Amino acid sequence: MTGELLSVSGLTKAYPGVLANDKVSFTLREGEVHALLGENGAGKSTMVKMIYGLVKPDSGTMAFRGAPYAPSDPHAARGAGVAMVFQHFSLFDAMSVAENVALGMENPPALRDLASRIRQVSENYGLPLDPHRTVGDLSAGERQRVEIIRCLLQGPRLLIMDEPTSVLTPQEVEILFQTLRKLTSEGVAILYISHKLEEIRALCDHATILRLGRNVGTCVPRDTSAREMAELMVGGAFAAPARAGGDMGPIALDVTGLSVAAPGQFGTSLRNIHFTVRQGEVLGLGGVAGNGQDELLAALSGELPVDAEAIRLHGAPVGHLDPAARRALGLLTAPEERLGHAAAPDMSLTENTVLTAVRRENLMRNGFLRWGAAEEFARRIITTFDVRTPGPATAARALSGGNLQKFVIGREVLQRPGVLVVNQPTWGVDAAAAAAIRQALLDLAAGGTAVICISQDLDELMEISDRFGALNEGRLSEIKPTRGLGVEEIGLMMGGAHGMEVAHG
Amino acid sequence: MVFGSIDPTLLLASLMVAATPILFAALGELVVERAGVLNLGVEGMMITGAICGFAVAVNTGSPLVGFVAAAAGGAVLALLFALLTQYALANQVASGLALTLFGLGLSALLGQGYVGIKPPRTPKLDIPLLSDIPFFGRVLFSHDLMVYLGLALVVAVWAMLKYTRAGLILRAVGENHEAAHALGYKVVRIRVLAILFGGACAGLGGAYISLIRVPQWTEGMTAGAGWIALALVVFASWKAGRVLLGAWLFGGVTVLQLNLQAAGLAIPVEYLSMSPYLITILVLVIMARDKSRAPASLGRSFHASQ
Amino acid sequence: MLKLEKRPQPSRFWTWLTPLLAVLITMVAGGALFAALGKDPVEAIATIFWQPLFGEFAFYYRPQLLIKGAPLVLIAIGLSLGFRAGIWNIGAEGQYIVGALTGAGVGLAFYPAESWAIFPLMVLAGGLGGWAWAMIPAVLKLRFGTNEILVSLMLVYVAEQLLAAMALGLMKNPEGHGFPGSRNLRQYESAHNAELIAGTGMHWGVVAALIAVILAYILLSRHILGYHIRLMGQAPRAARFAGVRPARLVLFCLGASGALAGLAGLFEVAGPAGQVSIDFNVGYGFTAIIVAFLGRLHPVGILLAGLLMALTYIGGEIAQSNLGLPAAAIQLFQGMLLFFLLAVDVLTNYRIRMIRREVA
Repeated sequence: MTGELLSVSGLTKAYPGVLANDKVSFTLREGEVHALLGENGAGKSTMVKMIYGLVKPDSGTMAFRGAPYAPSDPHAARGAGVAMVFQHFSLFDAMSVAENVALGMENPPALRDLASRIRQVSENYGLPLDPHRTVGDLSAGERQRVEIIRCLLQGPRLLIMDEPTSVLTPQEVEILFQTLRKLTSEGVAILYISHKLEEIRALCDHATILRLGRNVGTCVPRDTSAREMAELMVGGAFAAPARAGGDMGPIALDVTGLSVAAPGQFGTSLRNIHFTVRQGEVLGLGGVAGNGQDELLAALSGELPVDAEAIRLHGAPVGHLDPAARRALGLLTAPEERLGHAAAPDMSLTENTVLTAVRRENLMRNGFLRWGAAEEFARRIITTFDVRTPGPATAARALSGGNLQKFVIGREVLQRPGVLVVNQPTWGVDAAAAAAIRQALLDLAAGGTAVICISQDLDELMEISDRFGALNEGRLSEIKPTRGLGVEEIGLMMGGAHGMEVAHG
Repeated sequence: MVFGSIDPTLLLASLMVAATPILFAALGELVVERAGVLNLGVEGMMITGAICGFAVAVNTGSPLVGFVAAAAGGAVLALLFALLTQYALANQVASGLALTLFGLGLSALLGQGYVGIKPPRTPKLDIPLLSDIPFFGRVLFSHDLMVYLGLALVVAVWAMLKYTRAGLILRAVGENHEAAHALGYKVVRIRVLAILFGGACAGLGGAYISLIRVPQWTEGMTAGAGWIALALVVFASWKAGRVLLGAWLFGGVTVLQLNLQAAGLAIPVEYLSMSPYLITILVLVIMARDKSRAPASLGRSFHASQ
Repeated sequence: MLKLEKRPQPSRFWTWLTPLLAVLITMVAGGALFAALGKDPVEAIATIFWQPLFGEFAFYYRPQLLIKGAPLVLIAIGLSLGFRAGIWNIGAEGQYIVGALTGAGVGLAFYPAESWAIFPLMVLAGGLGGWAWAMIPAVLKLRFGTNEILVSLMLVYVAEQLLAAMALGLMKNPEGHGFPGSRNLRQYESAHNAELIAGTGMHWGVVAALIAVILAYILLSRHILGYHIRLMGQAPRAARFAGVRPARLVLFCLGASGALAGLAGLFEVAGPAGQVSIDFNVGYGFTAIIVAFLGRLHPVGILLAGLLMALTYIGGEIAQSNLGLPAAAIQLFQGMLLFFLLAVDVLTNYRIRMIRREVA
């Protein structure tokens, strides 16, 4: 660890209505892992986009290896020796691994030479990858490897990683950390963005903490407790959700031998899934993204047709019913994607209540909509769930992620579901809103609803669920009581280290 | 027997000619769609190219200059589409329709003084020796320059998409424009260039109809060729080689029905004239199963918001 | 440097102002076009927009406004339902022709019998004909996944050939001395779509158009089906999540727009046009696309846009005879209108900002 590699001073970037970064400064040394820590919306992404040349700062300066640095676009950043692994992969599904890698390089060699270099680098760093496979067929972990190898082939001095572990099993995280340590031993600096505190304590040499766009402190993670960092990040303590602990009732939802073919070209097929949920129980379903979560939600909601007998609600087969009919019987769902799936972006909140609540909340008479009643229901959601919005006439897309999520979850919760299925209920939501949503789910369960929470956030699942299972390549693991589950065991349920054995070619 | 009066050599030779306009237009649209843009204005760009090429060829006496003008005319119209969809973020379907309606009106206006005029003849390139080969000489080696240019363009587009960096980037933009943007590629600029190329190709195709195939100017003379070219891109699963195949198929159907009309088949002319359109529908039905190959970002607007 | 910035929600103000702005820009650009053709731009624009309403012969032209506006509104209302749901029927011209053929066919079949029931039967047949023609792209889309844009458009060319075949063959007037075209329905009382109030241009097609506007308004703003149509167009995934069956919407939207276009064709052939002839269709099916967008796919907007477009047709004809303005210039003028509308539409969802570039 020697000289200064990157120094950022006074970077400011404003978007309409938000100050994403407000005079942020920090420095990064060669060969160190530097964490950029903060909640959703704290300005981490904007900061790294400025370093990578995707966004131009309004004011402030940067210096890279001692020289002024103001990349006009990512090409310039890559030319200077900065590489980035995106959180939402910048990959092209229909193209091969080699083509994807070539697209991220400034002067790629011919595809054949590139393929052999990909093999070489992937073996060097313990990241097996076949250059001729189609990216759309890869698992999330393998897709991340494509991104990482794309970066490594450029011989970067600085590698930016945006939330890299959110798509990995604990075992895969360990492998990634080994790769990163090998890189730093070669003098590469890593800017590591995360909100997972334990991870940062295990890996990072320094941390810069952002809150609401400001640098609120730096620390050495190894010498700082997770609690201290959390308080810096959130700006105070707040109550963790509390379990009321209601009694379990009879089985509410019984899924038996549920198999569905992948709906799209690059989707995941569900294979012979079995589970039951009791009234008053919270079942947590974990797993790395892209292992059948969306498909399972679609099968439960009725968007994907399945065998009638595969899903039983209070003993009656419902697999053949469409979403509206299932809702009428009390099976409600909230998908991961808020805008465009759970809610129509350009419609008002009032109009969005009709989306799922038209039958249960009596918002229709003889086919004609009762807009007054719908507006009243929207108001009820807004007050009950503390949705920050000017009013029910506001378009859904004008709400922040956390507020829209509170609205969407609230819309289902207030319909008194018999069974509620949620997918990624707190994804991209700030800590306070996330806590409120989790509390709402627990309260619902305490009132006798069977809750299924599909999530990639293991901490969340450990916190709220009574039993835990994991999805892996469309299969569901054995379901175990959450209490007493260890990280190692959870990792194995999630499939261990995916695809490490497929070092073919 | 009616079919007896049809000369297969002539039939195949005129098939090559009949296929050329839609071949040009479809190749252009193929590149546009591979970049993720759906331009339904092919018909409008073709007819604009038809009149631009015709007018300039008549005034300069040179068909070659005419073709250059046709390409320019098509590209200018395409530029309007590019401005609407890439900068004003207008709906691509609506903008394409607007382009067609606009192009039909524009061409009718421009073509007012040109009805009933004969354009200068485009010379045929009778390739020495080769054109003397019996049958094949007539079918393959005694056409005008544009027929060969069309075939060369098939090869060029195929090679560009498959082997060049430019082709790779173009496909990347059509596949996932957000990712391409994140990697620093200029999505809008690449798409605008593709749209202009598509416009120029459609213009050439239109001028081929007015300068060589017919050859004269009448209002609305493209008669749906632009729409058939659009269907052809779907038929070809966005592959250049299959566009050629499709163009020959449609060329064949067109020529055959014209020959049958001339041969005095006992079916009213109108029903024979329907056949290219009905065949297009049939082909769309047959090819509809193979849907996976459409570029993933096709028809979606791109705006780098943050 | 200009920069677009997405608005948090669509601007109501610009939603209604953009069509007016587009009309205004079109007038300016059209004026420039007419000037380039050597005509006085102010006079030309005045001829198109003023003469039909308030000129010397307004008493003659005003009824024309209804006659030309009715088919445009009727067709555009149907199209707007599909456009809202992301279902693109652009073959209304074909459905219009087929509706006219089936409707006129029923009338001609009864000739020379006289009965009050003949005209209602023709109306029914016209609507059914247009509906059936639109069902072809609908069924192919649902059964095979074909693109409805291309299929419906191809069917326009097929319908045009069918029209020619009918005018020259099956429906040709046996007493027409060999001229192409059918018997004139205006001279066949039971089949004639006559003016309801003399001198107003009011015929059954106008009534149908007004009813369509009202029904579409109620459907879109108050009925669950209209809600589903809007939801499907704005967020198809959310629509499936809500339990909307896309197939039903495809059948409904294509069917409704086909039936309305067919009705428009029938009212035209039995009234203003009078007979099935080769050049019966004048492009209402395509102009209606402009009307639908200009009216912002809103029933009331479409009503106004239809009247405006009818005005340009009539004014265009006057300009043609009085000023010698070519017919194509009017067609171009209408095309420009759609262009400018789409261009200024960006203001509804985006805000334009001037950005000073700073040296970072």
